[in-house]
Amino acid sequence: MNPAPMTSATDAEIVQFDNVGLRYGSDREVLSDVSFTLYPGSFYFLTGASGAGKTSLLRLLFLAQRPSRGLIRMFGTDAITLPRERLPGFRRRLGVVFQDFRLVPHLSAFDNVALPLRVAGVPEQDLLKPVGDMLDWVQLSDRVHARPEQLSGGEQQRVAIARAVIGRPDLLVADEPTGNVDPEMAVKLLRLFEALNRLGTTVVVATHDVHLLKKVPESLIMRLDKGRLSDPTGALRYPPRRSGSGA
Amino acid sequence: MFGPDQAGGELVPGSRLSGPMSWVIGMMVALTVIALAAGLALGNVAQGASAELANGVTVQIIQANPEARQSEAERAAARLRATPGVASVRVVPQAEVERLIEPWLGGQTDGEDGIPVPALVDVLLTGTVDGETLGALRRSVREVAPSARVDAQSAWLRPVFAAIDALRWLAIIMVGLLASALAAAVILSVRTAMGLNRDTIEIVHLLGGTDVQIARLFQRSVAIKALTSGLVGFALGAGVVLLFASRFAELGAGLLSTASLGAGSWILLALVPLLGTGLAMLTARLTVLRALHRML
Repeated sequence: MNPAPMTSATDAEIVQFDNVGLRYGSDREVLSDVSFTLYPGSFYFLTGASGAGKTSLLRLLFLAQRPSRGLIRMFGTDAITLPRERLPGFRRRLGVVFQDFRLVPHLSAFDNVALPLRVAGVPEQDLLKPVGDMLDWVQLSDRVHARPEQLSGGEQQRVAIARAVIGRPDLLVADEPTGNVDPEMAVKLLRLFEALNRLGTTVVVATHDVHLLKKVPESLIMRLDKGRLSDPTGALRYPPRRSGSGA
Repeated sequence: MFGPDQAGGELVPGSRLSGPMSWVIGMMVALTVIALAAGLALGNVAQGASAELANGVTVQIIQANPEARQSEAERAAARLRATPGVASVRVVPQAEVERLIEPWLGGQTDGEDGIPVPALVDVLLTGTVDGETLGALRRSVREVAPSARVDAQSAWLRPVFAAIDALRWLAIIMVGLLASALAAAVILSVRTAMGLNRDTIEIVHLLGGTDVQIARLFQRSVAIKALTSGLVGFALGAGVVLLFASRFAELGAGLLSTASLGAGSWILLALVPLLGTGLAMLTARLTVLRALHRML
């Protein structure tokens, strides 16, 4: 066994956390000494009890929060000292599914899904097909014009997922993406994530549903316990699909 | 259906930027048009009066004896007519002088019990009156009319010019204050709208939207409202200005007759709603960019 060193990330690694700590205000740290590396094309589950710090860790991952200490590298660049004007470029390489969906309430399902492409400057005439395909993919092609308030929780969840993946992100971060759907739809959504993963996207799914973990056998598990990361499967020490690492 | 402007425009719903801002901008533009029109009209008054009086000199013969006064006035006029640089000389008839001062002194002038009134000689030079020319004229006239007092006509209105100048500055200060109030109204409105749309802004940020993209959404919304309100405000302000102009025109005399606005002035006034819109857009942009810099 030759564990991959945590502090020698290369550009091939999507994300590297090194001794990251996070506290809000003067409270105790919600994340302590978190170190891991995410490799391209991998599928990760982030588990832990409520309040373990899953959402805080995800917020660091999708650059909504800066850590209180430690080092974060994303796509081979120090994400903590990243100049503000470069943040949008990094965020466009990420797809995020929020626990509370965070759809824009006055936009239709179509416009919500199209938002990342519009933000990226894709011409309007080039939106119809990819957005239509994506809504079809999440089985919402008959709800194109519906606003979030007209959609059920599960439908909103699927719109949020479609919005997160439409830009073919390098890293997809999903916070409890199956929390509002029935078991059948949960499996379908997981299959969607797997399909995206097979296309090369690194996927991180935060969930407290232990049954879900078994549905993706190749997945790697990151477990958070009171803000500290444990590594029960060795996923963080023996990165998969990493050529030439010696692992 | 999904036109290029639809989603961009809808991201910050227009209704959330309305409220009192439209009214405030309309009123500010109306008041600015009125203040600016007043300033421009006063400028025209000062310019017209100044041009009219710049070449004028008044000679007063301050002599109690009516015969001696008349004699000195005629000698002074003759000397002035022979002086190079003098374009015209007019001895103002005594009846005209009495009519001019009648409102203040009544009809009791000259005669045995009347108040002696100076004789006036109105002189127009070919060039502008300066101190040197005035001194030379004064010396020349006093040789033949010792009771003469020679003054530049512009000197009479110096206090009036000073007052007009002060009023013009007041108008400029008012325009500045109104512009500041307009900017303040936009800042408050944009901050409120940003608060209401905070979630949307955060989402757009997290999806890779730039600060400038987000600022542009607010700019656009503010521009549409500012231009619409500004045009209504301009119409209102212009109506008030035209009403006042017609009232002053009815007076038909004195300095006020020069207080009209030319085409250039109206073009300047028409720029007020456009400049107001530009100011509102700039204020919105800076307000949004500044607020966004506090977000990650």
